Amino acid sequence: MTDKNSSPPKKEKIPRQPMPEQPADERQKNFDEVPYGYTPETAMLEASRCIQCKKPRCVAGCPVGIDIPGFIKAIEDGDFPESIRVLKESNALPAVCGRVCPQEDQCEILCVLSVKQEPVAIGRLERFAADWEMEHGEVKLPRVEPPTGKKVAVVGAGPAGLTVAGDLIVKGHEVTVFEALHKPGGVLVYGIPEFRLPNVIVEFEISNLENLGVKVINNIVVGKTFTIQELMEEEGFDAVFLGVGAGLPWFMGIPGENLNGVYSANEYLTRSNLMGGYDFPRYDTPLKKGKKVAIVGGGNVAMDSARTAKRLGAESIVVYRRSKKEMPARIEEIHHAEEEDIEFHFLTAPVRILGNDEGAVVGMECLRMELGEPDDSGRRRPVPIKGSEYVLDVDVVIVSVGTGSNPLLTKSTPGLELNRWDYIVADEKTGATSIPGVYAGGDIVRGAATVILAMGDGRMASGAMHRYIMGEPEPADDPEDDSKEA
Amino acid sequence: MFTIVKKINLSHEVHWMDVHAPYIARKAQPGQFVITRVGGMGERIPLTIADSDRDAGTITIVFQEVGKSTMIMGGLNQGDHLDDVVGPLGLPSHIEKLGLVVCIGGGIGIAPVHPVARGYKEAGSKVISILGARSRDLLIMEDEMVKASTEVKICTDDGSCGQKGFVTNVLEDLIKEGSPIDVVVAIGPVPMMEAVSKLTKPYGIKTMVSLNPIMVDGTGMCGACRVTVDGEVKFACVDGPDFDGHVVDFAELRLRQRMYLSEERDAIETLTYVSE
Repeated sequence: MTDKNSSPPKKEKIPRQPMPEQPADERQKNFDEVPYGYTPETAMLEASRCIQCKKPRCVAGCPVGIDIPGFIKAIEDGDFPESIRVLKESNALPAVCGRVCPQEDQCEILCVLSVKQEPVAIGRLERFAADWEMEHGEVKLPRVEPPTGKKVAVVGAGPAGLTVAGDLIVKGHEVTVFEALHKPGGVLVYGIPEFRLPNVIVEFEISNLENLGVKVINNIVVGKTFTIQELMEEEGFDAVFLGVGAGLPWFMGIPGENLNGVYSANEYLTRSNLMGGYDFPRYDTPLKKGKKVAIVGGGNVAMDSARTAKRLGAESIVVYRRSKKEMPARIEEIHHAEEEDIEFHFLTAPVRILGNDEGAVVGMECLRMELGEPDDSGRRRPVPIKGSEYVLDVDVVIVSVGTGSNPLLTKSTPGLELNRWDYIVADEKTGATSIPGVYAGGDIVRGAATVILAMGDGRMASGAMHRYIMGEPEPADDPEDDSKEA
Repeated sequence: MFTIVKKINLSHEVHWMDVHAPYIARKAQPGQFVITRVGGMGERIPLTIADSDRDAGTITIVFQEVGKSTMIMGGLNQGDHLDDVVGPLGLPSHIEKLGLVVCIGGGIGIAPVHPVARGYKEAGSKVISILGARSRDLLIMEDEMVKASTEVKICTDDGSCGQKGFVTNVLEDLIKEGSPIDVVVAIGPVPMMEAVSKLTKPYGIKTMVSLNPIMVDGTGMCGACRVTVDGEVKFACVDGPDFDGHVVDFAELRLRQRMYLSEERDAIETLTYVSE
């Protein structure tokens, strides 16, 4: 066999295939998904750009370690069922990841092609394979091991928890997922809007897990309805995974923040996405649509909020205290927002929110900033410019400046070690917490992060949980991490 | 699915429901609430737990039809079900043995004050309950409150039952008689809780109120229920719903509760179209 890494044959000439999208002026008025996805022909063409590295660097960049060249090869060969089979070996939610993973910072950035040209569109191909399966109804479930008689509880039906559930059900364990809301999916259903991740896709992925035998029970708030101790001692669970998310929204602490029309991004998105408020009054939950909406913050959640407000008919203005370069949002999200005529006020900080006699928002006073010396995060610290105050005449303000740890579960769990920000302390290699048999991952360990990092935590913890339940020893620490050699 | 095992119409628009929810019944403590939801497009409605029966696995909720969602729920009957019931949420009321506790329930607020009164009585405190309603036909749970209290005083706005006047008149009389009140618990409409808190403050009588701001998830995730207490922002769902009435910013709470008045009217209109 020849080494394909050297002198790839003429494949370099095929450019990275773009994914068709809804035109920006149309999509501002609907909640349909923005990108349409690849056709089989485009997918096969894009897949043919992959030079099938023997030691693929992309895999090392994937938090759940998908066999990327493997699934891409199957697409290139037109064997789509095989491609999804390979994907599902290591990813329980490929249709989700193909849409919301920051591939540009993970697998694609490491693609060897990116040295000379654009990397293989790994995310788009993953999405293609998952969507193909969904459209063709030929869902192949992974093989499930014979029952072990062991019971696992997963707390929180978000990306971390669902990954653990998918991993442990195929190992033959009985898996029950407890969800606090009335619908499973966590941030995938309450947070990420329909135009980025349609709810039917999340429902499809969860139904696949249920078909494997995972039991999902909604309306159970662990910490209130059951304590962790009760789950283990009375309900007979051998191990528990905590993937409850972070969730407690931060506000800015400026005057006027309790006026009517001020939302946390969590509330705004939950009302719109989970409760269907974007379609009020067909759905019962109301949402202030506003004529002019200010979104404070520069992350993905801020972009989601701004684009939602725009679709509800408002003028949408993002107010961010640093410059565009420092925005934590994905480039693609910022790009989509700009295309949708969302206005950006960079280097701008809100000072106070103004209200009328009825307690409703009528404006937001802002202050211009300039960049000073770098702070702890290495980003240049914004410094206010004296006398630069101005008022934005907005009637809705969405505060998207991050979230803190939700104490609801952690407070009810004696012996659970927390760090100084009240997030759960979990072992970096196993997800084990200070309580034997209890593991944790995702935002309740990391603070607000991404879907795929939460899934990576779930993957790591599920392995350790399996060993714990089965009484197998943890593999000895290997100073030479093999993943680096792969 | 949460089956309605018993429904009583306490008045034209106030309903009592016993709902099968064994996990919640097992844990419910006075002061805690549930969130209910009816129908695939329904709202999440927070309701204080009025009673619970561990053996039967039921909880009692009492609610008034005030908007589309509560109207739909009010149309359900025994044998029907609620799609979702989650809880028990919020912190339980602090209950201990005291000399004299005055429990005040205004209108629909009598339902949530019921388990608190009973809790104090069971702990060995003397409980005087003051029940207020607009008129006799809107007075609810009188028998239950008699059982849960040492003594019950009733007042109505129109004098059709008990003393004519407001709960604050009755409370003021008690205070002026020199009753050694250790704590007042007041649950009801915001103006009533505010009036009670205002009355007791100069006397230095500790007064707890149970706040009912607009909520969505009820687990601290959204912050819709933020209230200002002693100058600090609190989330009623996880930090409350009980707070010291002397330091609650009632004016802000009143405004926040009116946030969706116009939307609520629009929603009720759609309901009319559907039922026609």
